[in-house]
Amino acid sequence: MTKNTALLAQLAALVVVIVLIALVPGYFEIFTVMQLTLFASMAVLALSLAFIWGFGGILSFGQTAFFGLGAYAYAVAAINFQDSTPAIACAILVPALFAVALGYFTFYGRISDVYFGVITLTVTLILFNVANSTSGQEYHIGDAQLGGFNGMPAVPTFNAPFDPSTPLYPEQGWYVTAGALVAVYILLRVLLAGRFGRIVVAVKENETRASLLGYDPRLIKLVAFTIGGAIAGLAGALYVNWGAFISPNAFSLSLSAEIIIWVTVGGLGTLIGPVIGAVLIEYIVSSIGSQQVVNANLVLGAVLLFFVLLLRRGLVPSLQLVVVELWHRARRAPRPKAEPSAAATPAGSK
Amino acid sequence: MNETIPLIRTENLTMRFGGVVANDNITFSLREMELRCLIGPNGAGKSTFFKSLTGQQIPTSGSISFRGQPIAGKLPHQIARMGIGIKTQVPNVFNGLSVREHFWLAARRKSMPKELIRTVDEILDLTRLGDVADRIVGTLSHGQRQWVEIGTVLAAKPELILLDEPAAGMTDEETFRTADIIRDINRTRAIVVVEHDMAFIRQIAKTVTVFHQGRVLMEDTVDAVLADQRVRDIYLGKKVAA
Ligand SMILES: Nc1ncnc2c1ncn2[C@@H]1O[C@H](COP(=O)(O)OP(=O)(O)OP(=O)(O)O)[C@@H](O)[C@H]1O
Ligand SMILES: [Mg+2]
Repeated sequence: MTKNTALLAQLAALVVVIVLIALVPGYFEIFTVMQLTLFASMAVLALSLAFIWGFGGILSFGQTAFFGLGAYAYAVAAINFQDSTPAIACAILVPALFAVALGYFTFYGRISDVYFGVITLTVTLILFNVANSTSGQEYHIGDAQLGGFNGMPAVPTFNAPFDPSTPLYPEQGWYVTAGALVAVYILLRVLLAGRFGRIVVAVKENETRASLLGYDPRLIKLVAFTIGGAIAGLAGALYVNWGAFISPNAFSLSLSAEIIIWVTVGGLGTLIGPVIGAVLIEYIVSSIGSQQVVNANLVLGAVLLFFVLLLRRGLVPSLQLVVVELWHRARRAPRPKAEPSAAATPAGSK
Repeated sequence: MNETIPLIRTENLTMRFGGVVANDNITFSLREMELRCLIGPNGAGKSTFFKSLTGQQIPTSGSISFRGQPIAGKLPHQIARMGIGIKTQVPNVFNGLSVREHFWLAARRKSMPKELIRTVDEILDLTRLGDVADRIVGTLSHGQRQWVEIGTVLAAKPELILLDEPAAGMTDEETFRTADIIRDINRTRAIVVVEHDMAFIRQIAKTVTVFHQGRVLMEDTVDAVLADQRVRDIYLGKKVAA
């Protein structure tokens, strides 16, 4: 009964979100639509870490490794194929395969959590440096010049599926990006509600117990990590589509840190929290970026400090606590219908 | 099943931690459907022995076989899948999952989808956790969590059940019930129980193995063991007299 109402409420929320997404291009100027498109692609990136860290217990300091790989894979494939359809597939597959390789060595090699963090960080740095040092003419994959620190300009943006002659307008780009965000969110929700989701959370909660029940924690983590890599890669493709441009900054450590901040601020252990965190913080950063009074990194640092010190659980879980508390209080309170009649009798007798 | 092949057998099993010899040349064997109690003072090596049997640590030397198949060197999840379940001494539960999810996760490996819900309900009944079935285990009392872990082990329907101090922290009534449940399960499954509570041991035991300083001191019927002077000495007569 309560489960069904919860499900209905969620479906209703989903419909509202879809309607809002559909309304955005009609209500906002193209500049705002573009900015929202960027935020949506960042939110997809946030979901990748929200999943592996919040539900898989895997803290990757280098989620941008997959984001950057996805972005570069998209750019290279889009330039070579002159069609975004296979390029998007590459943007998902390449980082996923890379995650399989990296995850295999770390999880099956029984690397501790601390070293796992160090390794993901290092791998990101290496990729950043590799991408940075590809400026010469000789660094090309097919027709795609990698461009070193200058990056790759004029990357073809999304076109209609398998139809390169029909490029998407920015409004359509918004629909695709926001749609991808909703799709990834739903996919993760379904995954987490099912068998695999419970096993992933079980491994996060207690690896020893999970293995004593016959679950291989290494394999479970590897699968979760790979899903996270694939999602981050998709975010990379969405990002390139937004700017038609990619540079080694996609691998930057500051972006890696920002993803962790989104998740922390929005709420570790939820999916919607990090989405909200990403949009909110990117909005704040971009607002600050357009003036020179305060430094954006300073504000980011202050926001993170506030949440770590005062609102540890993050926005969404804290809000949930408040709502649950209010609901319990409301239930414990006497029923409003019974009260007036009970009160009316003594009042009338006086 | 071949009667001559023991369910589990260890030969010269030794586990060293630096200079400490926690298990010293232990040769142990258990028949199918046998119920065995393992006793011994603190530090005798009982938990260490269980850890080797379940793959939580790799023994320094010696061999372990489960129905004739060697298991030393296998990983915990591989051994678990062969049919060995353990309730560890230090509670191991999933604090963020509900009671029902625990039993579900444990049962789904062996139960067909149709049976699964029934198995979970049966274990909820058996452990008397029906009222808190959907509560998050991290919010339950220590005693309840103890039952969650026992239930989780049972839900997996292992062929061999290892229980490391299952009654620790339980009330007398609960301890009594645990003994009852153990005897009941023993009708179809083999069990090894580590306990310090002698009343509990008397209630369930047929054969008792005594560990002392990493070695098997003796192995005999419960009466013979409890009457033995050496056993009385290592326990300082306190608990045996009780
Ligand atoms: N991981 C370890 N590292 C070092 N020493 C260990 C380790 N595990 C156990 N020991 C030592 O091995 C010996 C046996 O310990 P074990 O836990 O097996 O005893 P036990 O019989 O289960 O005792 P208790 O009744 O207190 O649970 C002890 O001296 C203990 O300190
Ligand atoms: Mg012990």
